[in-house]
Amino acid sequence: MSTVVALNGVTKEYPGGVRALDGVDLTVGQGELLAIVGPSGSGKSTLLHIVGTLDRPTTGSVAVAGHDIAELSDRKLSALRAQHIGFVFQAFHLVPGISAQDNVAEGLLYSGLPRSERRRLAAAALDRVGLAERTGHRPHELSGGQKQRVAIARALVGEPDLLLADEPTGALDTASGETVMKLLHDLHQDGATIAVITHDTEIAERLPRQVRMRDGQIVADTGSGAL
Amino acid sequence: MSAGTRERPAHGPAHGPALRAARLSLRDVAHVGSAGLRSRPMRVVLSALGIAIGIATMIAVVGISASSKAQLLRQLDALGTNLLVATPGDSMFAGETVKLPKEAVGTVGRIDGVEKAGATGDVDATVRRSEKIPADETAGIAVKAATESLLEVLRGKVATGTWLNEANGRYPAVVLGHVAAQRLGVTTPGQQVWVDNRYFTVVGILDPLPLSPEIERSALVGWSAAQQLLGYDGHPTSVYERSTDATVHDVRKRMAGTINPRSPQDVLVTDPSSALQAKAATEGAFSSLLLGLGGIALLVGGVGVANTMIISVLERRYEIGLRRSLGATRGQIRIQFVTESLMLSGLGGLAGVLLGAAATGVYATSGGLPWVVPLWAVAGGFVSTLLIGTIAGLYPAVRAARLSPTLALHAA
Ligand SMILES: Nc1ncnc2c1ncn2[C@@H]1O[C@H](COP(=O)(O)OP(=O)(O)O)[C@@H](O)[C@H]1O
Ligand SMILES: [Mg+2]
Repeated sequence: MSTVVALNGVTKEYPGGVRALDGVDLTVGQGELLAIVGPSGSGKSTLLHIVGTLDRPTTGSVAVAGHDIAELSDRKLSALRAQHIGFVFQAFHLVPGISAQDNVAEGLLYSGLPRSERRRLAAAALDRVGLAERTGHRPHELSGGQKQRVAIARALVGEPDLLLADEPTGALDTASGETVMKLLHDLHQDGATIAVITHDTEIAERLPRQVRMRDGQIVADTGSGAL
Repeated sequence: MSAGTRERPAHGPAHGPALRAARLSLRDVAHVGSAGLRSRPMRVVLSALGIAIGIATMIAVVGISASSKAQLLRQLDALGTNLLVATPGDSMFAGETVKLPKEAVGTVGRIDGVEKAGATGDVDATVRRSEKIPADETAGIAVKAATESLLEVLRGKVATGTWLNEANGRYPAVVLGHVAAQRLGVTTPGQQVWVDNRYFTVVGILDPLPLSPEIERSALVGWSAAQQLLGYDGHPTSVYERSTDATVHDVRKRMAGTINPRSPQDVLVTDPSSALQAKAATEGAFSSLLLGLGGIALLVGGVGVANTMIISVLERRYEIGLRRSLGATRGQIRIQFVTESLMLSGLGGLAGVLLGAAATGVYATSGGLPWVVPLWAVAGGFVSTLLIGTIAGLYPAVRAARLSPTLALHAA
């Protein structure tokens, strides 16, 4: 199994002296589904920013899909995100006023694919998340769970090596949250590598691997197949 | 190996392909750049308004003056710029009057390039409506002898009646310029006017002659009638000639010497169209005050666009973060907001050009002028809006590109 994420001695200090990450080592292998779990303020989101290459660590090394991000320019980091990483946010961040299909197609905008191809793949991705009937709906015409499934379709339409979800059920009721988690499980079954960030231990316990965080450190890791 | 449903050539993550950010197509740039505008049409209208007003003012100022100029040039074209007039020059000795030779019309007519020559001669007489009106009340009307060829040389037309000819030129017949007719109260041929010491019959009234206002204010009598009935000495006072356009210059140089070879300085040659030409040239210079006002409106409009763009960037932090997470480079975020700003000001510019052209059209049609909106003004208007759009959008775009991409991950 090849390695998708490799963090070595990563620390992150925010201006003002907050040490959000403190010596984190983490390896994620291809095809894994893991939970990064911990109380609020433990550094989960910071970890996700760094794994997602949205931010750089203060010290330590980060490699994603085989690329050491310290060596990459903004353009190359952007390309890395476009080609290898998909994000799902707690607040969905769908573009209002445009259809579900167009929202999903935005996920390919920076991939270099032609527009017709982007739209075709977007329709297929919506089908994959069970929203084939909703391609023309705009965000305000969708329920919260449906919105999050559109966001998941947008994250996976580019076939990323890694799907990062930050509290994906945080804004949803229990039933919708269940559907979203089931979808993530299904995608994992199909071979996707997924990291789910959550403060909800119940959700975490149902995932194959749990990485527990506290005060910027990994305090427990139920094990990685890549190690 | 991947999260999606599509097959892709397998590659180990540890030795992935070279990373290269894809370029956005022009269409995608336009699409992304216009997204913010499409979602807020009212704001677009309001913030483009300033630029529209500025451009409209400038286009209208330039257009109206161009239309007036076109009208003058059109007039000049009809009147011709190939008319020259020779008159006696000022005498070098006080008390001595200089005269043109009697045969001047004939000699001018023989100059190369001259198509037709004619003349008038001042007659020492007055014209009045009747003998009861005192002799010193001339109403500014001169009595002149005129050659038959004069009307054609001046490209004049008879409004009513006939022009002087072989037959009536020997009798007490008179043709009135249109100002002269108005002042004498003559409206139809056949009426009588008192010239010198006898009644003359008005045989014709002329149309206006913009290049020869002195003829408009004259009562014209045939050459021989003037000599026989009014004691005219036969020396012309103004010799008019029309030449081909190409020879005007040469004719002008040779005219004085041809008329009076011994003392050409006694002959003054003028070009009656030069005054109109000068006027046309100054019409082209538009009111700089109005132009300045338009410029200020444009500037204020540009500030408005910059302001809107800054607000747009603030409001769309999450969208910017999202796009960065989807793989947009800083450059692509910059382009997106500069494009938005360009579209905003471009829309203002387009509306301004249309508005300014319409205002010019209304002015022109109501004043009977040709409708002229110079292409350079339209192009200049667009170029300046694009410039303003770029400048107004640059700072907000740079700010947008510098935003931390992690913003999108914070709950909205
Ligand atoms: N942009 C930031 N600037 C300063 N401090 C931050 C910033 N983001 C997070 N922090 C701090 O870093 C710590 C970890 O935060 P975070 O990674 O958001 O934790 P979690 O997602 O587990 O709640 C917290 O103490 C938080 O206040
Ligand atoms: Mg968090």
